[in-house]
Amino acid sequence: MIVLDGVSRVFRTPAGAVYCALDRISLSIAAGSFCAIVGPSGCGKSTLLNMIAGLIPPSSGVVRVGGAELSGVNRHATYMFQQDALLPWKDVRDNVGLGLTLAGVGRAEAHARADAWLERVGLTAFARHFPAQLSGGMRKRVAMAQNWILDRDLLLMDEPFSALDIHTRQRMEGELLGLWESSTAALSDGAEGPVRKTIVFVTHDLEEALALADRVIVLSAGPASRVVAEHVVSLARPRDLLELRTQPAFVDLYRGVWADLRAEVIKSQREAHP
Amino acid sequence: MTRVLAWQIGIGAACLAAWEWGVRAGLLDPFFVSRPGAIASRIASWTLSGTIWRHLAITLEEAVLGLIVGAILGIVLGFVLARSPFAASVSDPYIKMLNAVPRVVLAPLFLLWFGLGIWSKVALAVTLVFFVMFFNTFQGVRDADRVLIDNVRMLGASERQLVRHVLVPSALTWIFSSLQTSLGFAMVGAVVGEYLGSARGLGYVISQAEGTFDTTGVFAGMFVLAVVVVVVSAGVTRVERYLLRWKSS
Repeated sequence: MIVLDGVSRVFRTPAGAVYCALDRISLSIAAGSFCAIVGPSGCGKSTLLNMIAGLIPPSSGVVRVGGAELSGVNRHATYMFQQDALLPWKDVRDNVGLGLTLAGVGRAEAHARADAWLERVGLTAFARHFPAQLSGGMRKRVAMAQNWILDRDLLLMDEPFSALDIHTRQRMEGELLGLWESSTAALSDGAEGPVRKTIVFVTHDLEEALALADRVIVLSAGPASRVVAEHVVSLARPRDLLELRTQPAFVDLYRGVWADLRAEVIKSQREAHP
Repeated sequence: MTRVLAWQIGIGAACLAAWEWGVRAGLLDPFFVSRPGAIASRIASWTLSGTIWRHLAITLEEAVLGLIVGAILGIVLGFVLARSPFAASVSDPYIKMLNAVPRVVLAPLFLLWFGLGIWSKVALAVTLVFFVMFFNTFQGVRDADRVLIDNVRMLGASERQLVRHVLVPSALTWIFSSLQTSLGFAMVGAVVGEYLGSARGLGYVISQAEGTFDTTGVFAGMFVLAVVVVVVSAGVTRVERYLLRWKSS
């Protein structure tokens, strides 16, 4: 469904120097899969995601979504950001229904559908609160509802839970998997029957990547990051996130991927502190 | 809260008492500084005869018109320039030059252009309010959170929806927080304009009193002006608190 073909991205620094973030990345992400992208900090993970979102164009190469070359914002996708992206001046219900309002859905219907989503994420009592009045975990739930209410086929996530404490984070990961496993998407690669939504999940945390994804892509340390390895995560679903991390199959996978990632992390640390 | 209020009233009362006592004890010359008792009775007689209301109404009318016109011009231009970096760079030196002009020197020009009526005072208030509004709107639109913009675009916003749902609210927080300053400036513009040439308004009252060495009248006029600003700004604070209620946790 998503194909990156020789995608590079170059930035010009304020000092006038040229910085190559990503160098000729080619990969394809199947419809209905949960794909995690890991790499050391500064490797251009977010840049890659922003190009799939259509928020920034590639310097060279093409991004194809459902066969068509992407230009401008990706209309098949929603995006969950690392930072808080809720509008602080709208209450929780208006934030959840925002995408519907933007699409021209009437106020009453947008509210009704937002309320249904608030019930799913357990925030019915907070419909009239403003984001500043919620905890970090609650704000992430609102953001999740805001994304899922639009029912797009592709969900892009940029370290969405990294600011949360470990327990809240595991709960949110569980809720995400629950939503995803029961999701359906319209766009499929000619497959029979319903297909799940496609998720591209960027994280620097390998454990999180393995716990959630079907496939983990490892990027090299920046600058000029490339894809250094791809691993299939063959753990059965549904997964019990609380037990998963200590199971032998998980630990074996972790060792295998970490061997690739470790070298890049060391490289990136050497870059930062020579 | 009540403790703050008690101290505020206490300090004011102590200052007035010291002033009154100083004059009565012969330490201060009432010709130069008048005295609180005389000022109070002057305000009372103005209020009872009703003359002060007429002047106050004119001054407030000028200030409010100045605030509205200045705000509209400042907000619109701030928005346009914030959305067009090229136009912003071109106009930057001109805006700085205009902002550097002392408003008092403009007053005689405005009297010449707009006459002795309210519009020369409105114009003076506009020149003060405009820049506060302009700079705050410009900053507010420029400072709009990149992540909020990206998120709303991903959720399907058109350019117009982006302006409506993100840029305007983002700028409004800056505009509201500058409303107090703008309001004070609008009053200053109106009063200074009246002071320099008019037949009505608080500024006129003060300048008339000065012309006859009536210090009691000058202080009484200043006191009325101060009270009005405090009352109006308390109202603005309430409106601001309601509109920016999402900020508090």
